[in-house]
Amino acid sequence: MTTIYILWLRQIKKYFRSKSRIIGSLGQPLLFLVAFGFGFGSIYSRAGEGNYMQFLAPGIMLMGVLFTAIFSGIDMIWDRQFGFLKETMVAPVPRWQILLGKVFGGATIATFQGIIIFGLTLLVGFRPTNWMMLPAALLLIFVVALLFTSLGTVIASNLEDMQGFQLIMNFLVMPINFLSGAFFPINGLPKGIAFITKINPLTYGMDGLRELLTGLGSFSIWTDLTVLVTVTAILLFLGTYFFEKIQA
Amino acid sequence: MGNIIEVKNLIKKFKKLTAVDDVSFEVEDGQIFAFLGPNGAGKSTTIKILTTLLEPTSGTIKINGFDPKNNKDGVRKSFGIVFQDPSLDDDLTAWENMQFHAVLYKIPKEIRKKRIEELLKFVELWERKNDLVKNFSGGMKRRLEIARGLLHHPKILFLDEPTLGLDPQTRNHMWTYLREINKQEKMTVFFTTHYMDEAEKIAQKIAIIDHGKIVAMGTLDQLEKKTKTKSLEEAFLKLTGDTIREETASNIDLMRGRRRRHG
Repeated sequence: MTTIYILWLRQIKKYFRSKSRIIGSLGQPLLFLVAFGFGFGSIYSRAGEGNYMQFLAPGIMLMGVLFTAIFSGIDMIWDRQFGFLKETMVAPVPRWQILLGKVFGGATIATFQGIIIFGLTLLVGFRPTNWMMLPAALLLIFVVALLFTSLGTVIASNLEDMQGFQLIMNFLVMPINFLSGAFFPINGLPKGIAFITKINPLTYGMDGLRELLTGLGSFSIWTDLTVLVTVTAILLFLGTYFFEKIQA
Repeated sequence: MGNIIEVKNLIKKFKKLTAVDDVSFEVEDGQIFAFLGPNGAGKSTTIKILTTLLEPTSGTIKINGFDPKNNKDGVRKSFGIVFQDPSLDDDLTAWENMQFHAVLYKIPKEIRKKRIEELLKFVELWERKNDLVKNFSGGMKRRLEIARGLLHHPKILFLDEPTLGLDPQTRNHMWTYLREINKQEKMTVFFTTHYMDEAEKIAQKIAIIDHGKIVAMGTLDQLEKKTKTKSLEEAFLKLTGDTIREETASNIDLMRGRRRRHG
């Protein structure tokens, strides 16, 4: 337990010490909120879909969570060669505990990031319809964070260096982000794209968060949660499996 | 005196390459052992196998009586290590880096503080204990890594090119600490280096490895006699030839380059 805790604590400490990184990582979501939110707002409402900011805000929150989570997972490649992680690999502690500490740390940070972006969305006019659901929304954000940190570690355990990074970015992370219903409703899409959104786990995070904050989800919250928890469990298992097998 | 490290017929094959090719050697308890060889000779691979980071293809290993095959934790508790690449957390303080190590090695709380203090004073970093490691010079980082490696009182300390890129003053200091701790604690020191003078001055036993095979092993005198030379450097060159080894850059080298550029 102490191993998991200490590795978790390490990441929390690092996060709060890098103030400039926190601020820097908020630039992108803020830009999306302002550019898309105000840019498409009038078209969206003319199409009879209502207030676009209400739709977009949960999407941007999870976008921030997605990026923070997946990068803190992928960061393992670096940490394993030039960082503290290397030192933990020869310590007399089970590997799965190291991985869990790392994943929980990354997921906690990503959740913080989601909370800060939530604050930003309030500033640009987003209003949750049911404040009582906020704790549940937070929990859902944490599950999404856990899912993508685990995915990041699965990727990192199978990459030896940062060369595959661009590939992962353009063919995995970006599609997950853009084809999740973060920016547009997923009903009425062409078949191929609709299929991709259906197998994209982030879609269910988006849907669940919207349901909780604004009541605008299209699946039931239980469907969303079941999918998220199942995929998280599978990825966490795979992450542990691959991490055990790493030879430095 | 018994052997603290025993390696018999160790072989490690990567896809095409045989990095370690039937290597056998012993290190006595309390000895200072230098493991020398040109780039790509198999030094780092051997250290990685001895420290449980890599699985050997075949061969038997005993570290402090433990076999890495079935008792990794026994082996891991027996050694401390200073890696070729830094393994400190730059965003943590010197104290925190030590503290984290103490937790990982389950050093009881009561003695943790005292031991960290002793070691930080030993490597002359006590005054800087609350500074972030990223503000440390290369030499300070190395000293901290040595202090950390000693924290759980290992029987063996592995050092993989510990003095690379350090100025003579720092190198000198470092070996003074290491010799002192070797004497006081009877701790075995196993190190690799490219600086022949270090091995000459410090090592009680030297092994020279080339193309994955040990080409000579013994005390400095024995090596010089065997090769009919007057210094370790001459002996080394005679044994391993004077052609430069052209290694293609590995992924890790590329990452190392990027690391240097981006600080």
